[in-house]
Amino acid sequence: MRVPILKQGGYLIASVQSALTDRDLLDLRDNLAQQVGKFRSRGVIIDVTSLDVLDSFAVRTLRTLAQMIRLRGAETVIAGIQPEIAFAMVQLGLDLGDVATALDLEEGLVLLERRTSGGGRRAKRSGN
Amino acid sequence: MPSEAETEVSVPVGSDADIIIARQQGRALAEKAGFSGSDLTLVATAISEVARNIVEHARRGEVVLRMIHQGDKRGISIVARDEGPGIDDISLAMQDGYSSGKGLGLGLPGARRLVDEFELESSVGVGTTVRMKKWLNSHRSVAKYR
Repeated sequence: MRVPILKQGGYLIASVQSALTDRDLLDLRDNLAQQVGKFRSRGVIIDVTSLDVLDSFAVRTLRTLAQMIRLRGAETVIAGIQPEIAFAMVQLGLDLGDVATALDLEEGLVLLERRTSGGGRRAKRSGN
Repeated sequence: MPSEAETEVSVPVGSDADIIIARQQGRALAEKAGFSGSDLTLVATAISEVARNIVEHARRGEVVLRMIHQGDKRGISIVARDEGPGIDDISLAMQDGYSSGKGLGLGLPGARRLVDEFELESSVGVGTTVRMKKWLNSHRSVAKYR
């Protein structure tokens, strides 16, 4: 299941619609890291509201993804972690490190606006 | 042991897509057994960890899910079995943060924390079997390694 990535202003929004295989997660990571450059985005939101499991592999991949996006000069917010999943993650001993999280997509956008001081768009490439 | 199998589902595990099938089947069976809310997520997550352990280390195996009774207790049993290389040092494998695969090293020790009973049996060259039980309305944890 490919995750659709929407471009909204200077941000990219990846809405996870259904359970993801390990391969899907790795593809999402690579696609986002690439598209942040293509669209010169300042921020990325990964909406995981509809996910029913975040296991150790998924959490590790999300952390790597956020680190890669940061190295590309943009911010990542994971939005919509459900309460049951939050509980399971704590039981498993998993955390997202310093990756930003938000209650839902709306809060995620507010957080990104603040972190990227509004706008969301990067400087235009000169001579482009 | 006075436990009695009522409903059983066996899921062959040989790829990352099978990990999802195993946890979805497990969630459905746990729901039938009476589990709800965060317990369903705990069961599904524990299945995900042991199924991934099969894919990473043994390539293929199976996850057997069963509704169980013991006295007036009801629950679900999860058995993950493979004929892979086996685990050389079980106590090392059960240490938080130890990983020989691509995970966080939290797979098996993490799964142990999500269930009430956890048993790991492994022989080098023979394979690995993980047996987990989760009881309805019970939150104690018992672990055995052989």
